[in-house]
Amino acid sequence: MKARIFVTLKPGVLDPQGKAIHHALGALGFAGVNDVRAGKLIELDLAEGTSDADIEAMCRKLLANTVIENFRVERDAP
Amino acid sequence: MNSAVIVFPGSNCDRDLKVAIEAVTGRAPAMVWHRDTELPAGTGLIAIPGGFSYGDYLRSGAMAARSPIMQAVIEAAAKGVPVLGICNGFQVLTEAGLLPGALMRNAGLHFVCRSVGLTVETSQSIFTSAYSAGEEIVIPVAHHDGNFQADGETLDRLEGQGRVAFRYREQVNGSARSIAGILNDGGNVLGMMPHPERALEAAHGGTDGRRLFEGLLEAVA
Repeated sequence: MKARIFVTLKPGVLDPQGKAIHHALGALGFAGVNDVRAGKLIELDLAEGTSDADIEAMCRKLLANTVIENFRVERDAP
Repeated sequence: MNSAVIVFPGSNCDRDLKVAIEAVTGRAPAMVWHRDTELPAGTGLIAIPGGFSYGDYLRSGAMAARSPIMQAVIEAAAKGVPVLGICNGFQVLTEAGLLPGALMRNAGLHFVCRSVGLTVETSQSIFTSAYSAGEEIVIPVAHHDGNFQADGETLDRLEGQGRVAFRYREQVNGSARSIAGILNDGGNVLGMMPHPERALEAAHGGTDGRRLFEGLLEAVA
């Protein structure tokens, strides 16, 4: 069973990497990009039966730093 | 004073820190490997060194903060044992929840490696008692992720409780309110991005870091 964890910076947290990407897109001539926020995608291959609560605990304890990051979990349909 | 330096895979200031502590206290610290689960009996100071523990994988300090020895460090900190985290050590302490906030990528995106001016914000701590409040000192920094961030309420609380230990006197990394080092609620845990162990001898180009260790020795011995 697979789960994908999307880790993103909380709104309002400065994102220097996103800003640099934004700047680079502008330098390449792509107009109309209002903002860029960079995050992480973490793919987990899990034993069958791993609960939502287990995945959430993994996110809170390690995969995301909830001081500055939000996370969202996408599971494959069983 | 018995002290311990925690060594993670990827730590690279552990030996500098050992030399600094031994030079000031006259006793070599125990070098404690991250897989150990206990600190030597009677450890009176825990130092977490700079470097790139676990290659900065996931987030700087994130993996180290969950390594086996950190449970013992967290328990010792709760009992009031002084814990000093420098650079990556500061990142580990925030990731471990011993200090608030987080250390993000430098605002300028560059690795910054130079001596910087700091203001000592408080002399009312075991780490800064040998300095005067408001004193200007020079200590080297060397980091990519030193941009301290926390929510406004946390920053106000840190300032209100006198828990900002050091502030940059120049633009270095974009840290909120120019914060370079903070104390925990109990005053026994200090995290700082600058490297006092690299400003110990005249040959280092400056000796402003030495008093941190001297003051600590006097305060806890």
